[in-house]
Amino acid sequence: MPDSKPLKLRIPEPGCRPGDQPDFSDFVIPRAGEARRPDVDAPAADIRDMAFSIVRVINKKGEAVGPWADALDADALRDGLRHMMTLRIFDERMLTAQRQGKTSFYMQHLGEEAVSCAFRMALEDGDMNFPTYRQAGLLIAGDYPLVDMMNQIYSNSKDPLKGRQLPIMYSSKEHGFFTISGNLGTQYIQAVGWAMASAIAGDTRIASAWIGDGATAESDFYSAMVFASTYNAPVILNIVNNQWAISTFQGFARGNAVTFAERGHGFGIPSLRVDGNDYLAVHAVAKWAAERARSGHGPTLIEHVTYRAGGHSTSDDPSAYRAKDEVSAWPLGDPIDRLKRHLIAIGEWSEERHTQAQAEIADTVRKAQKEAEKNGTLGSGSHPSPSAMFDDVYAEMPPHLRAQRQAGGH
Amino acid sequence: MSGSTTRMTMIEAIRTAHDLAMERDDKVVVFGEDVGYFGGVFRCTAGLQKKYGSHRCFDAPINESGIVGAAIGMSTYGLKPVVEIQFADYVYPAYDQIVSEAARMRHRSGGQFTCPMVIRMPTGGGIFGGQTHSQSPEALFTHVSGLKVVVPSSPYDAKGLLLSAIDDPDPVIFLEPKRLYNGPFDGHHDRPVTPWKNHPLGEVPDGYETIPLGKAAIRREGSEVTILAYGTMVYVAEAAAKETGIDAEIIDLRTLLPLDIEAITESVKKTGRCVVIHEATRTSGFGAELSATVQEACFYHLEAPVLRVTGWDTPYPHAQEWAYFPGPDRVGRALREVMED
Repeated sequence: MPDSKPLKLRIPEPGCRPGDQPDFSDFVIPRAGEARRPDVDAPAADIRDMAFSIVRVINKKGEAVGPWADALDADALRDGLRHMMTLRIFDERMLTAQRQGKTSFYMQHLGEEAVSCAFRMALEDGDMNFPTYRQAGLLIAGDYPLVDMMNQIYSNSKDPLKGRQLPIMYSSKEHGFFTISGNLGTQYIQAVGWAMASAIAGDTRIASAWIGDGATAESDFYSAMVFASTYNAPVILNIVNNQWAISTFQGFARGNAVTFAERGHGFGIPSLRVDGNDYLAVHAVAKWAAERARSGHGPTLIEHVTYRAGGHSTSDDPSAYRAKDEVSAWPLGDPIDRLKRHLIAIGEWSEERHTQAQAEIADTVRKAQKEAEKNGTLGSGSHPSPSAMFDDVYAEMPPHLRAQRQAGGH
Repeated sequence: MSGSTTRMTMIEAIRTAHDLAMERDDKVVVFGEDVGYFGGVFRCTAGLQKKYGSHRCFDAPINESGIVGAAIGMSTYGLKPVVEIQFADYVYPAYDQIVSEAARMRHRSGGQFTCPMVIRMPTGGGIFGGQTHSQSPEALFTHVSGLKVVVPSSPYDAKGLLLSAIDDPDPVIFLEPKRLYNGPFDGHHDRPVTPWKNHPLGEVPDGYETIPLGKAAIRREGSEVTILAYGTMVYVAEAAAKETGIDAEIIDLRTLLPLDIEAITESVKKTGRCVVIHEATRTSGFGAELSATVQEACFYHLEAPVLRVTGWDTPYPHAQEWAYFPGPDRVGRALREVMED
């Protein structure tokens, strides 16, 4: 008999729990401007190091530094700030609306606003995003009407999805925003398929796939990686690593032990990490990956390193599983504050203008909300007709569904 | 039927359908495991890559969820993917993509995104395929709103139905009874196999001729009992009717979802008796839906309980193949039983 000790199962534990002092001291953050900027046709093997670093542009003083500091003009930067502020205010109002019973459910983006807002501005109209439920910045930065977003959240008579979908599961083909599914990870491989189709058709449009850190454990993540790599699909594979999957810290998807970006290496996909709270960095990296895809160099994997500052959803209370002030210890700060500081640093913004913009955006969102509520909320007012649930199951309603609609009295 | 015809196997009919669809519409793309260069383990896509290029017909990684998920993405882009799952027994990794995504795409997006795609898969037993080369998982798909489910039983039907499936705006699960690929099979495993060239349904039109989805076919007219069958069991039903001498009306459902309820009720109201047969396991199998439909629609015309002859509620065995497969003897017994009431 060998002298073996009993085996033990490892159950990963986050660094801190409620009551603990948050500690991100193990989290290695390169200085802004430090990461190199490879050519867009760089082979995966030549940039392996970038999966272990973080592309950052805005430094502590608010300056844009290093090779990824693209020349976004002041208007574009102010647009970016406005998009992020709009998303945050939109979130606040919808959270309140949920608590007031005007809708059943909401999910906020607090702390992650730069990821989707900056990314959208690097794409072209006609490109298709395959988002999760936490990239509404793609819609806001793409000028999708706030009223339509709210109509969907309220499931009211003007809901573009006719009351069939859970709030925030938006869909807008026109705005390059693929219909959101509740099933995690499914959209990742679909994005690759869409990109393959664009290549088959000889098109020039590209696709972007989105997934959270937790959902990278889903098998569709690996399906997407192998298909994207095998067929050299024009797709950007985004992982939004916000550290948390509901109550589960990223260690359960084997984050911490290895980076999420590193997973691209096994498939020969050029992979890098970006500071997800740095609007300029996200934008520059997205632009780089889009150019790669569009010029036929294939897929890129981007890990957006950020922090889920809010609860997972309106059904979640993070104080039950993580330290209360973990967000204030998060070393990459707040995306809105950081872009604001940068704009002020370059003399294109001021505290006064910011306060004024805050009020204007709040007013815009409030007006949109008023308009949406005229069309009804979940609790009151007008709703989509019950007969709408029988439509669109098929292109043409088959006899058995017609019979059921009739039996239901609709 | 108009124009010229050719005698072909079901495999050739399926290949021809692909060929015609790809020729007609360059949005049709075909892929799956071993489907491209090699032409498929059952030869259903042979020659397509050579003729249409590897952009239109190609091999895929061994990843069913990936095959279906990528096809969904392609179909929402505007292509018409026709993908193959090598055996229906291996479709389960793709089940989430089929049920949660393809089936609901049109509904959940308010019609913005649609999935005009076909998922082909060889199905059924009777070939000593054991547990994972014999299953009949159709009930797992007929339970899903938003899908169409088709099971052809002959070269003639396979070609016409596949062309319709490819042209259909909704996702279609296309189950091909592999036992019928090379010839009809009535369950008499101890007799020599007959090839399709000796069967009238092996004669297939050369041109682009479709068979509508959602329409059953009466394979044998009869007055005493209605047999509801599809796939291989159509031929088992024919054998059982012949051997018992019972004047059975045999309905080949062809499309399980949406179901041709009209054809079923018309027949059962005429005969007053009904036997439902399928290879798939019994409990919660598609036969339960058929039986309930007949009971609801034809209750006052029924002279006997609706009987089901199905596979047993066990995994599909290897050595016990012919004790498992619902052959003509078991179907014949049910026919006699239903006639006694």
